[in-house]
Amino acid sequence: MHALTHYSIHSTMEIYSDFKRKDDISRLAYVIDSEVKKTINIMEICGGHTHSIMKYGLHTILKDKINFLHGPGCPVCVMPVKRIDEAIEIADSQDVILAAYGDMMRVPGTDSSLIKERAKGKDVRMVYSPLDIIKIALDKANKDKKIVFFAIGFETTTPMTAALLEEVISRGINNVLFHVNHVLVPPPINAILDSGDNLIDGFICPGHVSVMTGSGIYNDIPDKYGKAAVIAGFEPYDILSGVLLIARQINEGRPSVEIAYKRAVKENGNMKAQALVNKYFTVRNEFEWRGFGNIPKSGLKLRDEFKDFDAEYVFKDKLKELELRSNAGRENAACKCGEILKGKSKPDDCPLFGKACNPENPVGACMVSFEGACAAYYKYRNF
Amino acid sequence: MCLAIPSKVIEIKDESTVIVDTMGSKRLVSTMLLEEPAVIGDYLLIHVGYAMQKIDEKEAAESLNLFREIENKTAQ
Ligand code: SF4
Repeated sequence: MHALTHYSIHSTMEIYSDFKRKDDISRLAYVIDSEVKKTINIMEICGGHTHSIMKYGLHTILKDKINFLHGPGCPVCVMPVKRIDEAIEIADSQDVILAAYGDMMRVPGTDSSLIKERAKGKDVRMVYSPLDIIKIALDKANKDKKIVFFAIGFETTTPMTAALLEEVISRGINNVLFHVNHVLVPPPINAILDSGDNLIDGFICPGHVSVMTGSGIYNDIPDKYGKAAVIAGFEPYDILSGVLLIARQINEGRPSVEIAYKRAVKENGNMKAQALVNKYFTVRNEFEWRGFGNIPKSGLKLRDEFKDFDAEYVFKDKLKELELRSNAGRENAACKCGEILKGKSKPDDCPLFGKACNPENPVGACMVSFEGACAAYYKYRNF
Repeated sequence: MCLAIPSKVIEIKDESTVIVDTMGSKRLVSTMLLEEPAVIGDYLLIHVGYAMQKIDEKEAAESLNLFREIENKTAQ
């Protein structure tokens, strides 16, 4: 063979650029086009994939052969209004500093958002990392405050919340609480497949969730539902490799879980991270997802022995009051996020898309995060 | 949200902290979730301030080469 056999990575830049080389992408697209006989419907679960597909126009390159359906894998998009209302309610206490990741700040709750609350003078802070929470907690000016971390994310991000709690406990920090909204990838997939009314032939499974969990969490997809499941990375070459493997599974009638992102995903995942998550978290009986309603065993909470760190326990009276208020937890009726997250609609099906709802003024969560299908369509559609 | 950025380890601070270079910008990251200690020159996937995993360069090369070979055959 040629020099490529001796390929090695020389810079961080190359890890990106080598997986988005135009000639490789067009060759891969050519192979997919020649191998796919009739259009296949592929749901990409992760919002990061949705974003890349739109950014590189993969949905248009392969439009006669591959129909991409966008799934429920953007943690900001699936967060129900009720949980945002809860964060706003907690932030209302005098002695609270509410800390959240950037995207979460702009998601509309029933009447407000965290960023609007901050403009009104509430102490709401944007953090980039759970490590920022330690800094806020150790700042002398905050020693009488409770720092409440609005913790969100899938299996990718939960280990970092667990790492924060581990550090809080080991350093004896006593002013950090957690409002836990961590969710799991497999339950909504099962919910979609159980509902029966879907077109999906195969799934592109989330790359970075899988770095942590390993590939076993998707076994139900082929074993129980007979669909293809391929874990892919986020560069265009990665996604198309995933698409090709799905197409071949379908052609050969052998649905299975395959990894097309081996440079990052090991079959068993990161077992140290998994152990840390298990140490602090347990599965909730159910958790509400935007568009889906309650899904059994789909979310995490802190284990009982750590309830003193659990904002839902510490603020239970306040949250009870919120629940009794009749209008809390309502989503805007016109927003189609829920249907989009189930792969039944696309952003352009929403009458508000690009009009009343835009990134400056999001009506629904799918327009907030850059991983949201509506935000990605808005940014990359060709006018 | 689940974005993770490949970055190169350029300095080891202590047993759970390293400095990485992410396409020219330097930052501190925690390695407490890594299963094996990071060494200088490793490429790590970084997510919200923590290293998640080392990037396996051999696998990166193989996945590119594998498809290039297959495609070359198919495209001929
Ligand atoms: S365009 Fe806005 S209102 Fe419509 S589905 Fe998307 S987020 Fe909801």
